[in-house]
Amino acid sequence: MAGKTIAEKILSSHSNTDSYAGDIVIADLDFMIGQDGTSGVAIDSFNKMGAEKISDPSKIAIIVDHSSPSPNSGVSAIHKKIRDFSKTYGIKLYDIGCGVCHQITPEQGHVVPGDLVIGADSHTCTYGAINVFSTGIGSTDFAAGMISGKLWFKVPETLKVVYRGKLPKGVFSKDLILKLIGDITADGATYMALEIGGEAISSLSVDARFTISNMAIECGAKAGLMETDQKVLDWVNRHSKKIPSPVFADKEAKYAKTIEINIAQLEPQIAKPHTVDNVVPISKLEETTVAQGYIGTCTNGRLEDFQIAAKILKGKKINSNCRLIIAPASKDILLDMIKDGTYQTLLDSGAIAVTPGCGPCVGTHNGVPSDGENVISTANRNFKGRMGNVNSFIYLGSPATVAASMLKGKISDPRNFIN
Amino acid sequence: MNLTGKARVPKTRDDINTDYIISGRYKFKIQDPNELAKHVMEDLDPQFYSRVQKGDFLVAGRNFGCGSSREQAPQAIKYAGLQAVLAKSFARIFYRNCFNLGILAIECDTDKIEEEDELGIDIDQGIIKNKTKNVGIKIAPLPKTMQILLSDGGLIEHFKKHGGFKIS
Repeated sequence: MAGKTIAEKILSSHSNTDSYAGDIVIADLDFMIGQDGTSGVAIDSFNKMGAEKISDPSKIAIIVDHSSPSPNSGVSAIHKKIRDFSKTYGIKLYDIGCGVCHQITPEQGHVVPGDLVIGADSHTCTYGAINVFSTGIGSTDFAAGMISGKLWFKVPETLKVVYRGKLPKGVFSKDLILKLIGDITADGATYMALEIGGEAISSLSVDARFTISNMAIECGAKAGLMETDQKVLDWVNRHSKKIPSPVFADKEAKYAKTIEINIAQLEPQIAKPHTVDNVVPISKLEETTVAQGYIGTCTNGRLEDFQIAAKILKGKKINSNCRLIIAPASKDILLDMIKDGTYQTLLDSGAIAVTPGCGPCVGTHNGVPSDGENVISTANRNFKGRMGNVNSFIYLGSPATVAASMLKGKISDPRNFIN
Repeated sequence: MNLTGKARVPKTRDDINTDYIISGRYKFKIQDPNELAKHVMEDLDPQFYSRVQKGDFLVAGRNFGCGSSREQAPQAIKYAGLQAVLAKSFARIFYRNCFNLGILAIECDTDKIEEEDELGIDIDQGIIKNKTKNVGIKIAPLPKTMQILLSDGGLIEHFKKHGGFKIS
């Protein structure tokens, strides 16, 4: 029998089939999530389908994170609809201030290695870092999942990505994933799963690995899978009571392609406006002044990200022409930041903290840039208008790059600020 | 199935993301799809909605619908009156969302289609006739699952009819 990829194994085991890339399966879901931008439509679809009950409410969570707390009455109406629905059907609701769905879901122990998970949010691929086949779907698929506990999938081909070498000083996991997206472009992995590994990945913390899997969708991928190691198992056991079932790829598994990236000489990477694949090494970026910095999101709003930024900003003040917004990805992260002094350091440097959640990433609240302004952000998207103003320009980089840029008032190489 | 209508081509053809199709500024607060539709493609091509007439086809390039999973994107296209989307390739979630809403998404070479061109689409024969330019364009065959969802009128109707997934 032919060898299998991680994606082929997880989709086979959850559909009780022996499936390979290209096959269509109907699979049992271990968990599913929605957020405030997508769950309103999912509730409409659920009602239109004439459903009266949910297959298993314990396998569902809805997280109010994208526009939270509500900035206007239109959003408030959607939030109320979500609260009412969750209450009626006994679904776990993480309301305003709990954090971003893609931090909450693994952090609160809802998903463990080997699981099959869907989310009505494109960055659901984040949990691939802990060996979960998780993928973004639309609201009506979410409704169908809630009703039946299942979803149909086309088993994807897999693109294998191997990161070789040791991470240079001042270079972080964000730079690794931006490099890949720049190389293969925004549709380089459409309809495929990524399987990401290599010694550079093993050296990363679990927090840092989430950053990479989170952005798998930015090259079109359906999932951003990694294998488990002791670091992942320790992390999962700290956060979840569920039993993990790690899945490893077979040696003879068939891949659509294998890409090797040597990172020994890699520089910090920047994605320039207005596409995520418009990536340049920082030394090739023309002088770019910035008015706003943002550290947060499901990509880079974790404790380690803020610690890296705090190390650069400690005892210094951000440039008087800049404002730095920070949004911890969850309330637990916020509490950890308070406990270890990171929060104080960042506020002392001049940072402005907003509610745990998506922050200004999606352009609905918390820091819409002005016309003509450049923003340097740790988010995953720099589309025109993404932060709420079509006449602003979003650059993406690591938390270290954002912190360094805030000191200089222009996009700056963090290697000059790290000993 | 035979369809006819005019081509509507946004100003930029490739990598049109769902933020461009419907901005977060609107999708988070407007629940009425007819209202949302008025903002379709606004950040990319502010005049787009005013050019659309009922029954037109949206025509784009590579990687159409990349980015966010928002179902409001295909919803806005549908309620703007566009009857199908033609692109060289589609992002995965958007493609799936289209058929879930009963919207036809066709993969084909769109280089030979321009704004206002009169198109005739024969799904069964797998061909688009560009009547304005007098050229034929081949269509990639529709996957079986998508044909089933489309003929049922989308996933909501599919679930009402079968009480679950019946896709093979």
